[in-house]
Amino acid sequence: MTRVDTERTITVTVNGVPREATVPVRRLLSDALRHDLGLTGTHVGCEHGVCGACTVIVDGAPVRSCLMLAVQVDGSEVRTVEGLAHDDHQGGQVMHPVQEAFRECHALQCGFCTPGFLMTIAAGLEGRDNSVEISEEEVDEMVGGNLCRCTGYANIKKAVHHAAAAMKDDA
Amino acid sequence: MKPAPFSYADPGSLDEALEVLAEEGAKVLAGGQSLLPLLSMRLAAPATLVDINRVPGLDAVDVTDDGVTVGALVRHHALLHHDAAARVQPLLARATANVAHPAIRNRGTTVGSIAHADPSGEMTSVLALTDGSVTVAGAAGTDTVGWRDFFVGPLETSIAGPAVVTSAFFPALPPRSGTAFAEIARRKGDYAVCGAGVVVTLDDDRRVTSARASYVSVGIVPEVHDLTEAVAGAPVEKADWAAAGALARTLVEPDTDIHASADYRRLLVGVLTERTLAEAAAEASARATRE
Amino acid sequence: MTTKLFGEPVRRREDARLITGKGRYLDDIGHDALAAAFVRSPHAHARITGIDVDAALEVEGLVALYTYEDLAGPMAEPLPVLIPHPQLHAPRTGYPLANGEVNHVGEPVVMVVATDRYVAEDVCDRIVVSYEELPVVVGVDAARAARSCVHEEIPDNVAARHHQETGDVEPVLADSPRTLSFTQYIERSACMPMEGKGVHAKWDADDDSLRVYTSTQASTSVRAAIAAKLQLSLDKVEVIAPDVGGGFGVKIMHPWPEELLIPMAAIALGQEVKWSEDRREHFIGSAHERQQRQEITVGYDDDGRITALDVHIWHDNGAYTPYGIIVPIVTATQLVGPYALPVYRVIVESVYTNTVIVTPYRGAGRPQGCYAMERTMDRIADELGLDRAVVRERNLIQPDQFPYDHQLTFQDGRPVIYDSGDYPGLLDKLRTLVGWSEAEQLRADAGARGKLLGVGMAMYVEGTGPGPYEGGHVQVLGSGKVLVSTGLTSQGQGHETAFAQIVASELGVPIEDIEVTTGDTRRFGYAVGTFASRAAVMSGNAIALAARGVKEKALRIAAEVLEASPEDLEIDEGVVQVKGVPGTSIPLRTVAVLSNPLRYAFDEAARQATQFAGPGDDSKPPVAPGDAPGLEHRDYYSPIRSTFASGAHAAIVEIDPATWEIDVVKYAVVHDCGNVVNPMIVEGQVHGGVAQGVGGALYERMAYDADGQLQNASFMDFLMPYASEVPDIDIDHQQTPSPLNPLGIKGAGEAGVIPGTAAIASAIEDAVGRRIASMPISPTELYDLVRNDSSEMTAAAQRRAGTGVMA
Repeated sequence: MTRVDTERTITVTVNGVPREATVPVRRLLSDALRHDLGLTGTHVGCEHGVCGACTVIVDGAPVRSCLMLAVQVDGSEVRTVEGLAHDDHQGGQVMHPVQEAFRECHALQCGFCTPGFLMTIAAGLEGRDNSVEISEEEVDEMVGGNLCRCTGYANIKKAVHHAAAAMKDDA
Repeated sequence: MKPAPFSYADPGSLDEALEVLAEEGAKVLAGGQSLLPLLSMRLAAPATLVDINRVPGLDAVDVTDDGVTVGALVRHHALLHHDAAARVQPLLARATANVAHPAIRNRGTTVGSIAHADPSGEMTSVLALTDGSVTVAGAAGTDTVGWRDFFVGPLETSIAGPAVVTSAFFPALPPRSGTAFAEIARRKGDYAVCGAGVVVTLDDDRRVTSARASYVSVGIVPEVHDLTEAVAGAPVEKADWAAAGALARTLVEPDTDIHASADYRRLLVGVLTERTLAEAAAEASARATRE
Repeated sequence: MTTKLFGEPVRRREDARLITGKGRYLDDIGHDALAAAFVRSPHAHARITGIDVDAALEVEGLVALYTYEDLAGPMAEPLPVLIPHPQLHAPRTGYPLANGEVNHVGEPVVMVVATDRYVAEDVCDRIVVSYEELPVVVGVDAARAARSCVHEEIPDNVAARHHQETGDVEPVLADSPRTLSFTQYIERSACMPMEGKGVHAKWDADDDSLRVYTSTQASTSVRAAIAAKLQLSLDKVEVIAPDVGGGFGVKIMHPWPEELLIPMAAIALGQEVKWSEDRREHFIGSAHERQQRQEITVGYDDDGRITALDVHIWHDNGAYTPYGIIVPIVTATQLVGPYALPVYRVIVESVYTNTVIVTPYRGAGRPQGCYAMERTMDRIADELGLDRAVVRERNLIQPDQFPYDHQLTFQDGRPVIYDSGDYPGLLDKLRTLVGWSEAEQLRADAGARGKLLGVGMAMYVEGTGPGPYEGGHVQVLGSGKVLVSTGLTSQGQGHETAFAQIVASELGVPIEDIEVTTGDTRRFGYAVGTFASRAAVMSGNAIALAARGVKEKALRIAAEVLEASPEDLEIDEGVVQVKGVPGTSIPLRTVAVLSNPLRYAFDEAARQATQFAGPGDDSKPPVAPGDAPGLEHRDYYSPIRSTFASGAHAAIVEIDPATWEIDVVKYAVVHDCGNVVNPMIVEGQVHGGVAQGVGGALYERMAYDADGQLQNASFMDFLMPYASEVPDIDIDHQQTPSPLNPLGIKGAGEAGVIPGTAAIASAIEDAVGRRIASMPISPTELYDLVRNDSSEMTAAAQRRAGTGVMA
């Protein structure tokens, strides 16, 4: 018999760490990450899937976390902005090339939309062959679905080029 | 903007899904990219959401010479990058490229957007233009429903009672045919102010035998308009696509909303028809050469 | 020398936390707080006849409900008119919760507090408010016609009649060789920061004190408002602006009802309460700006020189006037731009409508003023068959005319006297940057591709950095850390970096040692706020003065130790040294320890410092009269008047004459904000401003229907530009330092947005040859315009038609 629930306990691997949470089934993934798991780096800008601030990577693909229910990621792997950098094993962190590029290119101002951009771009760059120079069209596609009210996007696009170049060198 | 309370089930089989769907106020959740905003705005408040993402066998794209069958869990992204499907029916990838943005396409399903029956959806119009159908699994068994019978009104289909649209079938592009799809949106990725998909078919002498179009955000349900009379028999390179565009303008009944007047939509129908027909004709001609 | 960082593109210090998800925005605070949600009016104008909460009481998780009846004392009074003005003759404000009447869709009626936001919204759904609908007034024209009124006692809907004139305009107009009159419109948009508003309040019953976090541009004033309205002692209230996800003006308005109600509930319930505004609430429950009807008459001579300008503006202020008439005043006074106008009269009638209130949005009335003035220039040029740049050039204030007194009174009550500038220089640079002289060739090239091309330009002068004051505090610790604070807040402008650069340069310390805090009343109690491009000017200079005070004291103390004269000392890399005498030095951190005669050796710094401490002078007290322990200084900067930044923008548009889609193919900016603290940050401000300018010109509008329903209250239908809609921007700089402040800087925050609507309207008009008199404009509207035989053709288009060039 199929279970019909109003609350569920889910297990999800977030940034490589298995996490468990008991949530009402109507809990949005964005809220579960922020409020149940305490990962407030994922931001909520519109809650109707247009702004992209809440973008996280679910099983390898960037998605709007406000357009998923938390119960839908049971058993999945989720990456959030908190998991973008990795430990340098000396007590510090090594930034993802996209994070470095955002800082270097002044691609953020208030920073509220930034995690969504970072996750979208990180997934985009990680999913491509960075030995090939990135085209303007690819950059436009990568940043085109996220809203930013501060930067006018010029420096965000610059940062994508910058990060792609860095990942080419790393490749 | 938080969803009202509901119950949730994610059955592991179609039968179980149908069982839960039999409950009052139950609704299918597939990709959720149209449904979740409605839930969060409390414009929809189903009693139970039946998440079909764990139902096996719904995530395949089957390509045969006859056409492409797209399973209910196939994401727009997968269809956009499905080369075999694009070869048999090029409109699939062409239209899907216009659906929102990559993050939405990663999650949203093609069949879901058809079942949502939004007249501003791209795939509803492609289903119509290709003369496609959907397969509906219900308590009494499985039914194939042609697009004309499926779309009843804006956001309204002929599905009654507990049912899951398990797949959509898009017939193959006929020989000596070409397609094109174009949209004009206020912002890239937005719902189109007006979109047009067309199919042009030529005879062995490269004369136009058929020109058909279907539009996005024009009218309350998808329609297919036969524009052949404006260009019938014309050699492909001399066909008067502008005349076909002009004809199209007389056939459509667009509405006014805050983004565009009915007149402006009618204008765009003409322009997009002319442009896409010319593009499709060129493709038909090239294919005719190859075939 | 790494400490001289003023003027360098230093990478931002705030980024480290913001790119790793460690920023702390309002909703990131108070994990266990109760959540508030509001029942808001669904009607634009109605009397409340009943509120039935019975069904709501059954919802599990409901904690408390509040209606107007639950408000007491000052909370039951109308919200304050923040900035009264004698010409605001009929001010009206709402109540924290509606008191019997609602005047716009979105006005809060009931506050619900529950265990979480989901539950709070469930409760809201079950509350039934009955209304008796009243006639609705939407738009300036309806308000002006006054067939019905928003507030019963104000039958003409006019809240204020702002009037300034620099002479007798009518005889000059009558004597002018030429005159022209026209009416034009500009629509509503909104700030629309990515983070909505939000408030978190925590009451400490043991300490009788309240801590409030709010996503604000004015924490000190919110604090004062809360203390007054909730009848608390100011010293028992602390207000902190955490990381703020954009403001653009909407968060300078205060106190928002929620900024009072959430603390009220937290005190009443003895629990943390939080409200995070959702996007729909932000559309209907915050503020908009920009709608005006502008009636303009201009007199000019055959060379295009203006003789007189007479402007009558109808300004839509929405349902209430809590922010006074700042926006009308700014429009009235900034309209004159870089031009010398022999005589000018302006009347702004600020009118009530049953729509969301109007308070400053980046530019704050300047884009409308610029639109009025610049479109006037375009019309004069068109009438005379002159180059639009030439007409502008002939009317510019010349570099030798500064200070230039417009004989007007600015928003701060001070005269509009331009301090410095080089407007012909801006125009020259702009013409070069955009390729103004090649426009006809570009038009022909585009025509060959089947496109209509047009160029347009607009110039502006922007009063920035109005007073009355900002303060700064700089303190050097024994650890060598330099703590800097200022009361105004940050919403992404990079203040932590820019202010640190100023201190590093002034004090000669490594920037790594500097920590900057803004918008925290625990650190700095006096502030005005972040608006009117004033942070760098006001707090920048205040902090520079504070750093100079610290330096003076440090040199005085070090001079005693080093047995040198303070004038012979310098500070570099955090070390005080005798100029030209290597080795004769003392670390600044040691000076900091020495500055306090109480020297408990808690740390190594204090222990080391003892070796420098000379024997005390028994004849003097340990702390000299007038001196104070510690190496710190607090100072204020209070300018005599605003400083005036300036700029010029040009746009090239291409229009598809089949679909009437409008593509901005080039956008050029010449920008002058005096001395620049951090050019990278300034350029970022310009980029963002231009994007909002383009949005305001082509995409964004608040689409109210006649019933006062906002039809596009979502990001789906309110068309904020994505990257795909924002053109590449070419920027050139000019620097005319301000003589008014120690650092010579002018504000830069708003500039980018100001001329967008005017420049793009000009370019579209140039492309299609039809008069553009209403902005923003969309393809569907452009289509209506060009196919309407009665829409006015420009003289330029008629001339081009006459010569066979495509109009």
